[in-house]
Amino acid sequence: MTLYALTGAVEQGFVYGIMVLGVYLTFRVLDFPDLTVDGSLPLGAAISAVVISSGHSPWLACVLAAGAGFLAGMVTGILNTKLKILHLLASILTMIALYSINIRIMGRPNTSLLGQQTVVDQFAGLSGLAPSLAAPLLFGIMGCIAVLVLFWFLRTELGMAVLATGDNPRMITAQGVNTHNVIIFGVGLSNAMVACSGALVAQSQGAADVNMGVGTIVAGLASVIIGETVFGDRSVGRALFAALLGSVLYRVAIALALSMDLGIFSVTPSDLKLITALLVVLALTAPRIKKRLLFKRGHA
Amino acid sequence: MIRARHVTKFFNRGEVNEVLALREVSLTVNEGDFITVIGSNGAGKSTFLNALAGVFPIEEGSISVADQDVTTWPEHRRAAFLGRVFQDPLLGTCPHATIEQNLALASRRGKRRGLKRGVRKADRALFREKLSMLGLGLEDRLTDATGLLSGGQRQAMTMLMATLVRPKVLLLDEHTAALDPKTAVQIMQLTDELVRSERLTTLMVTHNMAQAIEYGNRLVMFHQGRVILDVSGEEKAGLGIQDLLERFHELGGDGCVSDRALLG
Ligand SMILES: Nc1ncnc2c1ncn2[C@@H]1O[C@H](COP(=O)(O)OP(=O)(O)OP(=O)(O)O)[C@@H](O)[C@H]1O
Ligand SMILES: [Mg+2]
Repeated sequence: MTLYALTGAVEQGFVYGIMVLGVYLTFRVLDFPDLTVDGSLPLGAAISAVVISSGHSPWLACVLAAGAGFLAGMVTGILNTKLKILHLLASILTMIALYSINIRIMGRPNTSLLGQQTVVDQFAGLSGLAPSLAAPLLFGIMGCIAVLVLFWFLRTELGMAVLATGDNPRMITAQGVNTHNVIIFGVGLSNAMVACSGALVAQSQGAADVNMGVGTIVAGLASVIIGETVFGDRSVGRALFAALLGSVLYRVAIALALSMDLGIFSVTPSDLKLITALLVVLALTAPRIKKRLLFKRGHA
Repeated sequence: MIRARHVTKFFNRGEVNEVLALREVSLTVNEGDFITVIGSNGAGKSTFLNALAGVFPIEEGSISVADQDVTTWPEHRRAAFLGRVFQDPLLGTCPHATIEQNLALASRRGKRRGLKRGVRKADRALFREKLSMLGLGLEDRLTDATGLLSGGQRQAMTMLMATLVRPKVLLLDEHTAALDPKTAVQIMQLTDELVRSERLTTLMVTHNMAQAIEYGNRLVMFHQGRVILDVSGEEKAGLGIQDLLERFHELGGDGCVSDRALLG
């Protein structure tokens, strides 16, 4: 793999890392499997593309994208808590609805950002670094800031109520917390991060596409699980950093797979979804299989 | 302190498996009362406590706490007034949170939760002091995950958490039933200490007749969704297990309910 491909993979790892933190928040903290992300990532990208092409600041684009993502997450939360729709189904409904909304936002299925000022251009201009270095650095800094903010939040009174809602909802209700509101807020916050990530992805890749969100949840889960396996999850702070770095590892692994040349057979980008799905299945079942093997050996 | 008037509760109303769990139950709990609640399986004791706590809406009747009508309040809002301990020791605490985080969660019961630090320095000193009263050594394990503790230790923590913010009423639903006999006695002693020292108004459901007679100043017996006995003061103090069984049969406890069922 070339150095160029490596820095590109690291850049992607950090950009998508903010999405992975959002997935961590719903999947691990709230215990709420949320597929909204497949729609809120392109939502953020679409808003970012429209805001930037109409001549506004790329930073403003990220903020607006996050706001829209928050609303999308709230919709899923409300469908689940107030209308009693199963969380998976509620999130699929929002995801599907977002497909239409995203096309409405852009006025067409995709928008190019070629020649437009992005956060990377601005950062490269400020720092004097080459864009190929400025991008991973900028997104790395943003990823770390996201980790720190989330870490700080989860240790506030409200953040602890979010943790408790995922851990023991009956207990936290008896302690006076409205778990419906916490879920609506938590899924909102998660999707705000995902949409912000989407806004940055669009700026990093130079385009927004309505189909770019397909498989976001699976990539997010794969990253969370890789991070946990490699870096551990003994404390909340550690688990958050593990999620971000898991995202980097995941993208580097994909870049490696793509650069492999096995003679007649080589991996193409269209194989990635299959590989990722297999990876998640493996990661989800590995602990159980390991336990079973150990158990057998112990009794042999 | 609590006034329940003609509270009626159906489960699965209008369906084939309809259950009338509470039939026009009226009960006034006075400030400082320590009421033990007994009755056979399915008599409606848990349903009554849950109705007070707002776990589900009731079909008829009204409930007020401290002269406020709370009949339409959701559970989390009523929690400002109520401390609760459940039968299952795992229900009262968050397993993945640390001991100090659990206590901090409980110390904000009924208050707004904002962006202030969840566990503060001043909290820690207070938690340490309170935990040391349990005599379980938990005061030195503030940052241990609560899931590591035994059922008895977790139930002791839940007792502490239910009273950390003084509740207007403490609701205990067979909170020692899932513990081994020795731990059950310890938790019951802790309960008695806390209730006395803080002069807490308390409702305690139990299947242990001896417990029901020994503790509290008032005893209420449920049967088939009704209160069939309500004794207090001298009369309660003079009560024996045999008297209770006789009263039970006298007051509508029909033959189909055996003494064992009443005893639990
Ligand atoms: N969620 C529910 N759905 C349907 N029926 C219920 C539900 N909860 C309780 N019941 C029924 O309501 C009646 C009263 O139950 P409750 O749990 O209040 O009894 P209890 O006095 O607490 O009994 P135990 O001593 O066994 O705990 C029972 O017939 C029970 O089957
Ligand atoms: Mg019960």
